[in-house]
Amino acid sequence: MTLDQVNKGQRFQIISIPDKHISAQAIRLGIYEGAKLTCVYKFPAGPVIIQNGMQEIAIGRGLAKKIQVQLLDKGDVKQCSAII
Amino acid sequence: MQCHNMTEKIDINKEAKKIVLVGNPNVGKSVFFNALTGSYVDVSNFPGTTVDISSGKYKDMVVMDTPGVYGVSSFNDEERVARDVILYADIILNVVDALHIERDLFLTQQIIDMGKPVVVALNMMDDVKKNGIEIDIDKLSQELGVPVIPTVAVKGEGIEEVKEALDRARTGNRLPIVEENLRAVRHMVDEDSEALLVLEEDENIIARHNISGVKGMREQIYQARRERVDEIVKKVVHHTNRGASFSVKLGRWMLSPLTGIPILLVVLWLVYEFVGVFVAQTVVGWTEEVIMGKYYYEFIMKTLGPILGTENLLAQLLIGEFGVLTMTPIYVFGLLLPLVVGFYLVLSIMEDSGYLPRVAVLTDRSLNSLGLNGRAIIPIILGFGCVTMATITTRILGSRRERFIATMLLGLAIPCSAQLGVIAGLLGPLGIKMTALYVSVIFIIFALTGTILNKVVPGKSTDLMIDLPPLRLPRIENVLKKTYVKSKVFITEAGPLFLLGAVIITLLQYTGILDLIANGFAPITEGFLKLPRETAVAFIMGIIRRDFGAAGLNDMVSRGLLNSSQVVVALIAITLFVPCIAAIMVIFKERDWKEALLIWLGSFAISFLTAGIVAQVII
Repeated sequence: MTLDQVNKGQRFQIISIPDKHISAQAIRLGIYEGAKLTCVYKFPAGPVIIQNGMQEIAIGRGLAKKIQVQLLDKGDVKQCSAII
Repeated sequence: MQCHNMTEKIDINKEAKKIVLVGNPNVGKSVFFNALTGSYVDVSNFPGTTVDISSGKYKDMVVMDTPGVYGVSSFNDEERVARDVILYADIILNVVDALHIERDLFLTQQIIDMGKPVVVALNMMDDVKKNGIEIDIDKLSQELGVPVIPTVAVKGEGIEEVKEALDRARTGNRLPIVEENLRAVRHMVDEDSEALLVLEEDENIIARHNISGVKGMREQIYQARRERVDEIVKKVVHHTNRGASFSVKLGRWMLSPLTGIPILLVVLWLVYEFVGVFVAQTVVGWTEEVIMGKYYYEFIMKTLGPILGTENLLAQLLIGEFGVLTMTPIYVFGLLLPLVVGFYLVLSIMEDSGYLPRVAVLTDRSLNSLGLNGRAIIPIILGFGCVTMATITTRILGSRRERFIATMLLGLAIPCSAQLGVIAGLLGPLGIKMTALYVSVIFIIFALTGTILNKVVPGKSTDLMIDLPPLRLPRIENVLKKTYVKSKVFITEAGPLFLLGAVIITLLQYTGILDLIANGFAPITEGFLKLPRETAVAFIMGIIRRDFGAAGLNDMVSRGLLNSSQVVVALIAITLFVPCIAAIMVIFKERDWKEALLIWLGSFAISFLTAGIVAQVII
């Protein structure tokens, strides 16, 4: 699934970010392949707001559609760190 | 690229050591800068950018501030400027927002990987406590391998400790992947810092040293750096509770449409009250009419009038109706400067408080359909101040396609503040129906043009990806400094264009070409737009100064030459019509001539076509 399909409050892990130029910028904000993040808010057909620690990042819907993610169970967070 | 060595600009020993302040945007770098340098500061603008670098002295060393960046590379103007200052620094004072340590340490680790001696100021420690977070400072220092000083810079806490720690600045713990690969490229460049950027595929540095055939490792290094930072954060940060502070909650309210849109409307109303009413009427009434229009004008006419006479070309060029010593300074300093300062003040407050990125998020979806992303709201807001200034600001947009679309929309459908006042004055007496007609036509053209351009302009627009910084009370000194620097850039970049514009118009008028053009327009004005012949003169005046055009119409209305439908048609034409001559020149300067010509002729055609259609319907 892609980032735009994640719902408010869900935790997810990034599987892939398509564009190298974008991923180089995203990684500084804590968005990278393997990162575990939370969707804080979703605008109807608009940007997705995600949270990494205390930090919030807004991602345009077009870009969100290109980012592959995988949902995480809240309890599974620790286990998933083995995937990286 | 220029300026390897910005220190040449200030009067100090060239051998002096350079302390460079580095940090993410809005982490409080400038407080440290002021604390180190005291009052002696030199602000210089990097040519071709709206980025400024402050430099000053601390003991026998040079201190340089840099624009806030998330990393050192070449993704935008700020980064390129910051990079060139950081690369050749002797000591780096890295200011880190303790509340956003997972974001900020990415930059810290990159600077450490460059091999620079670093001191980290862990700032905003008060916010950390407020949010129920604990940071193990000693552990952080040990992990990074550099001194870390906790500070609350705005309250002066920790500043002395930072100063003292500068002598202990040292190179920290590099990433193993950097350590292993740096040697292979080190001999190709002059400094370790450059070698790192070569590994990280920085095209400017690679080109600067004529390097070819190096296998880039940006992805691997960034990934390793991210993992290292997350590991450090995990070791040093402890959450004691998760209670969100008021500013976090307010930040959320500003984003959610239900509360965010009303907040945005209130903010826009405040901006209007400040810029549109206070600055545009009270302040400008004084600066344009009294200071410039009366005292300055009378001074010039008294001193130069008798020498130059009135009718000859030189007199016309210097002190005539559109003279470079009369109209130009009165317009630029009396009218535009207060408006530009007002707009930049508002924009700086919105930027420093962290509100601007949230406006970008709120408007992102609407702007997407015009081929832009939320970031484009910045030039659009500025356009209501001055289209010339806004056109310069389109540089911040991510692609050439977006810059083209934004420039076209600005030139076409955004009435600048100089014009808005007269337009509002003309529409007021006509009633709500005519006002609504005018506003809807302009809005439809704006939306339609953007939508069509989004369909036909080749290429791809970039998507929004923006950090939402915590909301903070902006610092007045910072806001004032930003406003000063940006207004100065406006005057130095746009001022000469207004001057050149005045010369061109005087020449056109003196040679009689201006009348010829006005007469040439007559068939269109009379036949298609159903307006009196003289309206063409108002249109031409609109090119010189947009408010002149609208004022020309005002004059015609008071002489009873236009009925209310005709006023609306004329206003539509004049709003959509090509922007003023300075804006046209800025468009030609910023875009290549083909794009600029397209924008110019395009807005010309759209303006008359739209006004004509409206005229056929309502007159």
